[in-house]
Amino acid sequence: MSPRLRWRKFVSGFMLTMTGVCALVAVSVLFFILGYLVYHGGTSINWSFFTKLPKPVGEAGGGMANAILGSAKLLLLASLIGVPIGFLGAIYLAEFSGSKVAFLVRYAADLLNGVPSIVIGIFAYSLVVLPFKHFSTLAGGFALGLMMIPITLRSTEEFLLAVPRALREAAMALGASKWKTIATVIVPAAYRGILTAVLLAFARVAGETAPLLFTAFGNRFWSPGWTQPTASLPVMIFTYAVAPYEDWHRQAWAAGLVLLGLILVINIVARAILARGIAVPRA
Amino acid sequence: MAATTTVPSAGPISGSRSFLSRLRDGDEIARLITFLFAGSVVLITVLLILTLWQESALSRHKFGLHFFVTRLWDPAAEQFGALTFIYGTIVTATVSLAIAVPLGIGAAIFLAELAPARLSDALEFFIDLLAAVPSVIYGLLGVFIVVPLMRDYAQPALKNTLGFLPLFSGPMYGIGFLTAGIVLAIMVIPYIISVSREVLMSVPRDQREAALSLGSTRWESTWKVVVPFARTGIMGSIFLALARALGETMAVTMVIGNTPTISASLFSPGYSIAAVIANEFAEATGDVHLQALIELGLVLFLLTFLLNGLARLLIVITSQRGGAAAHA
Repeated sequence: MSPRLRWRKFVSGFMLTMTGVCALVAVSVLFFILGYLVYHGGTSINWSFFTKLPKPVGEAGGGMANAILGSAKLLLLASLIGVPIGFLGAIYLAEFSGSKVAFLVRYAADLLNGVPSIVIGIFAYSLVVLPFKHFSTLAGGFALGLMMIPITLRSTEEFLLAVPRALREAAMALGASKWKTIATVIVPAAYRGILTAVLLAFARVAGETAPLLFTAFGNRFWSPGWTQPTASLPVMIFTYAVAPYEDWHRQAWAAGLVLLGLILVINIVARAILARGIAVPRA
Repeated sequence: MAATTTVPSAGPISGSRSFLSRLRDGDEIARLITFLFAGSVVLITVLLILTLWQESALSRHKFGLHFFVTRLWDPAAEQFGALTFIYGTIVTATVSLAIAVPLGIGAAIFLAELAPARLSDALEFFIDLLAAVPSVIYGLLGVFIVVPLMRDYAQPALKNTLGFLPLFSGPMYGIGFLTAGIVLAIMVIPYIISVSREVLMSVPRDQREAALSLGSTRWESTWKVVVPFARTGIMGSIFLALARALGETMAVTMVIGNTPTISASLFSPGYSIAAVIANEFAEATGDVHLQALIELGLVLFLLTFLLNGLARLLIVITSQRGGAAAHA
């Protein structure tokens, strides 16, 4: 083997090993994050975290019950906005629209998807907070709902289009009207994919913090109804982490563990649903 | 997203029935209802742009283009300039790309070219999960893990070895541009890996085989043939990551120090566009202050809009070229 060839082989082996190292580093970050959260969060989490209100500044103890409920309310509202618009919009795109309208809607959805979340917050502030003159659950839910729309819409559309044409033709040959075909054949055939899309969109907004800062704001007490400012888990993590109190840091870790656990579980479930097979044979 | 495989699509079937019969069957009603929902997406997007434009009118008229070159940000005197925030945003994004691009592309090459399909899919699963971690969690780890590590180990080490560069001089607080850039890098790496991996896998097999048969080593075929073939798409993934890094709020706010400074030192605390909006918006002290913040939001929107558009274009071009070459 000539020295030159030996050198080239060495470079090849070395560089390829380096790419493996890069992959290892990138993936191990996930386990570092999980490890730290389980270590710090696991030791700080206790029953009162889930059942108690935050204690006044300086007093140890208390929990984040109001933030957990607040997040649940915000996410319910977000789903009520994001899922219908995303789902029905996708049906229009996949089944009814001409190519020009479809292009416009897709373009708008992609644009919306790329908007930084803090800018979505500004939009929700101008549209909901300013007219009502105060921060509210409603405004926070609206902001999160907007973020759900493009994710749900684009993936649902893809799954609808993946339903084989033969299924549609069979239904229509039996005399079913178009909407009946959609409701009884196409959507059921794509339901795993649609469910996955909705779950992933839900998980994505569950951890969003920036759009809630000046829409849902925060609250150290329960937030009755829908028009009061409300606490939420992500905002609590932020507030507690940057505050100078030891006990708040402990609770921020606990909240981080709960939030990340929820999001990762939803992600894994969503992917498992999809992996168990699309209900229809591929083409 | 989990499944991006497109099966030869079954487009709408256009019936030749009369309008009345379609109306009777409910088709026209379904069409109208779904159209309203789809149309609302366009409406919302237009409204978003209009709102940002209109609600920042006061600030745009008062400061004009000086807004972008003035350092002074004084809510009490109602004088606002965005230069320090723009500087902070650009510096942190640059640092993050300097770290994330080599690491991300390296990992993508491993996943697409070397790893067996099963291992590659398994690792991609973890990368997808990593992309799902919310930014406030990265911020949390940034504050309690990265900042102390930077202050006690990384920054002193950099100062001792590269301290002659102005970049690595000055007091070491742990927080600042460098730390924010590192946390951002960790956040955007999954995006670079996912997109680059897909683009690399779309490079036709015969490209690799041709290079190998001419006697190139595995690395030479990868680096001199496959990567250049996928170059446009990889650029796309980088723009995508840049757009993410520019607009990222929480993780940056928590570790950048929130001090408006322009300094050559990466150790210095700074401020970014997204961070100042996050910190001051809820407590803005007047219309001009609020509108100056909204104008910052508008700037952020336009930047990410351009970068995302460019990224999508580049990615589409590459995957089409790969497809065309494969079918040729």
